[in-house]
Amino acid sequence: MTTKSNLARRGFLSGAAVLGAGAVLAGCTSNDPEDASGGQQQAAGAADNSQPGRNVTLGFSAPAADHGWMAAMTINARSQARQFSDVKLNATEGTNDVNQQIAQVESLINAKVDALVILPFDGKALTAVGRQAMDQGIPVINVDRIFDTPLAYRTWIGGDNYRMGVNAANFMAEELKRRNVSNPVIGEVAGIDALPLTQERSQGFRDSLRRHGFRVGPRVAADFTPESGERQTANLLQSASKLDALWNHDDDQGVGVIAAIENSGRDEFFMVGGAGSKNMMTLIKNDSGPLKATVLYSPSMASSAIALGRLLAQNKGIADLAEHEIPAEITTYSAVVTKRNVDQYMDVGFDS
Amino acid sequence: MTDTPSRSVLGATDDGRQPESEPRRRERGNGRQPARNGNGRGFPIDVRLLGLAGVLVVLCLIGYITRPETFLTEENFSTMLRLAAAIGVVSVGMTFVIIAGGIDLSVGSMVALSSVWMTTLATQSFGPVVMVLCALLVGLASGLINGVVIAYGKVVPFITTLAMMASARGLAERLSERRTQVVTETGFSDFFRGNVLGIPVLVWMLAAVFVIGWVVLNRTTFGRRTFAIGGNAEAARLSGINVKLHTALVYGIGGLCCGIAAVMVVARTTSGASTNGLFYELDAIAAVVIGGTLLSGGRGSLIGTLIGVLIFTVLNSIFTQNNLDTDIQNIAKGVIIVAAVLLQHTTSARRKGKPRAPGEVNSSQLSGSKS
Repeated sequence: MTTKSNLARRGFLSGAAVLGAGAVLAGCTSNDPEDASGGQQQAAGAADNSQPGRNVTLGFSAPAADHGWMAAMTINARSQARQFSDVKLNATEGTNDVNQQIAQVESLINAKVDALVILPFDGKALTAVGRQAMDQGIPVINVDRIFDTPLAYRTWIGGDNYRMGVNAANFMAEELKRRNVSNPVIGEVAGIDALPLTQERSQGFRDSLRRHGFRVGPRVAADFTPESGERQTANLLQSASKLDALWNHDDDQGVGVIAAIENSGRDEFFMVGGAGSKNMMTLIKNDSGPLKATVLYSPSMASSAIALGRLLAQNKGIADLAEHEIPAEITTYSAVVTKRNVDQYMDVGFDS
Repeated sequence: MTDTPSRSVLGATDDGRQPESEPRRRERGNGRQPARNGNGRGFPIDVRLLGLAGVLVVLCLIGYITRPETFLTEENFSTMLRLAAAIGVVSVGMTFVIIAGGIDLSVGSMVALSSVWMTTLATQSFGPVVMVLCALLVGLASGLINGVVIAYGKVVPFITTLAMMASARGLAERLSERRTQVVTETGFSDFFRGNVLGIPVLVWMLAAVFVIGWVVLNRTTFGRRTFAIGGNAEAARLSGINVKLHTALVYGIGGLCCGIAAVMVVARTTSGASTNGLFYELDAIAAVVIGGTLLSGGRGSLIGTLIGVLIFTVLNSIFTQNNLDTDIQNIAKGVIIVAAVLLQHTTSARRKGKPRAPGEVNSSQLSGSKS
């Protein structure tokens, strides 16, 4: 009898404990930031282009928003479309499954949209469906990850990975010369080495450093996550007892890179980031840590892509160019954001 | 191969699996000679582990020879141990699960979920203690869900934890909206990123988890039952163990370890993200297996697991110190896994017929007090 009531009491107590714990946990899921304004850079449309034209429907397809930069791409595209009263955006759910993305683009073609904005998960895999749209007379704006053939897009707009490396190296060389460092030890925390974009960034970095008479010293590759950034940087700092400068390819993993540097207590070197997240821009602005600059690979290109799609669908050119037509390829510039100009770029910083 | 063919018909095969009747037979054997410590229980380091420790020493030597001025420094060892801490704790939990005859593919996702849940703005507003408790609770709860589904729902561990792997990561992505949640709560960072007696807090935590794990596994009824269930669940059930409850609890331990690891990862990176803990399941299983734990359960060693974790950490450090590409590192990792397992096969073959390894079922102690 006693055993039974003991059991019952124990059951009741543990049940209550579980419920209580559950309630506490459920209360801990809220994540509402203090200010929710994702105020991103918008294209306003110059001269005649700012006036509403013919009403157009744009189709939009992108990969799943699984990291800060990609999430910003989708957010930017949507808010840019809202900016224009004459644009209706037909956006599909982001997916990393190429078959599903192909199906989505096909459905947009069938819906007879006026122009398609496609950021493919894999440029090669989506080439055929891009070409199918073009063949049916729907202009395709290919964003960032380029299709295999120009036949599959009307206009390509994307970032410049090579120049990211070049500009990071240029800033570094300038800063090193200003600090009068000869024979500097320059470290590099790359992203996933197997990706062409990482190889291009590293190539640009190497080439430009060589032009200044410098070379890359210790180099590690992380995988765009804060955790890998921390791990690889901690090891890198151990291998180099003295560093003068460090380039980190990607601001998403930069949170971890900064954590590793803070943890090591080292302050003899400065650091340059890549991509341009809001986090990193704030750090540059505060100028309290090693981070002195970041080279952009800005998701504002998604806003521009929507603006271009609108102009293409309305048969307009870019007002300031002499061309009647929208150019076939546009490469965005990897500007260097430093303390001096960071205020000007805060609006393109994305939440990583 | 040093053993004679006639040996292999004498019961145990060289990977330690035994015919169904084996536990009972040895129960009698042990009952007759309670004083004999022939099963190695009182002797924590198994001979097979010496080979593994040798690999670790050789790796350290290579590190020292190639980078004498930076590898064997106190600072580098402290960094390596700090980096090994999270995966080490996860591997301790994984050792329990695998010894009990299970597998847990969801550890990385549980680390991600715990790290995200403990770093939401709401959790951070309650301060560091709640953050840590939150991570532990989330880890424990997800582990118990695994365990209950496996034990009471009779779904195989591979599938159950595969499902948890997908859904925990998904929930982590949903909670964090796939953003990196930076820790602004300074009390948390100050403590967990600091040192106590010159040693990083994370390393103390790893040591504590390891020691507690070792004691529970090797010195308590709970531990012996874990071995028994992994060795032969049916025999364990017949000897009066509540196999279902025990299995559920073992997965709970695995989850709890993930919660602890999440605290460590958050401390290291000052952030919680749904990308935390990527591929932890593979790293943990690799460390456990090269540590000499049987993937089929029933035999294993926490010390081996710890050495396994350290081997991979040292390897990573050597490659970074020598500025080598990660692709070569992955090749080396694969080679080491196979080499370590082959090494154990040869040593255990040589030892065949000798007294059994630690952790072998010792059924006389199985049917101890029932609670």
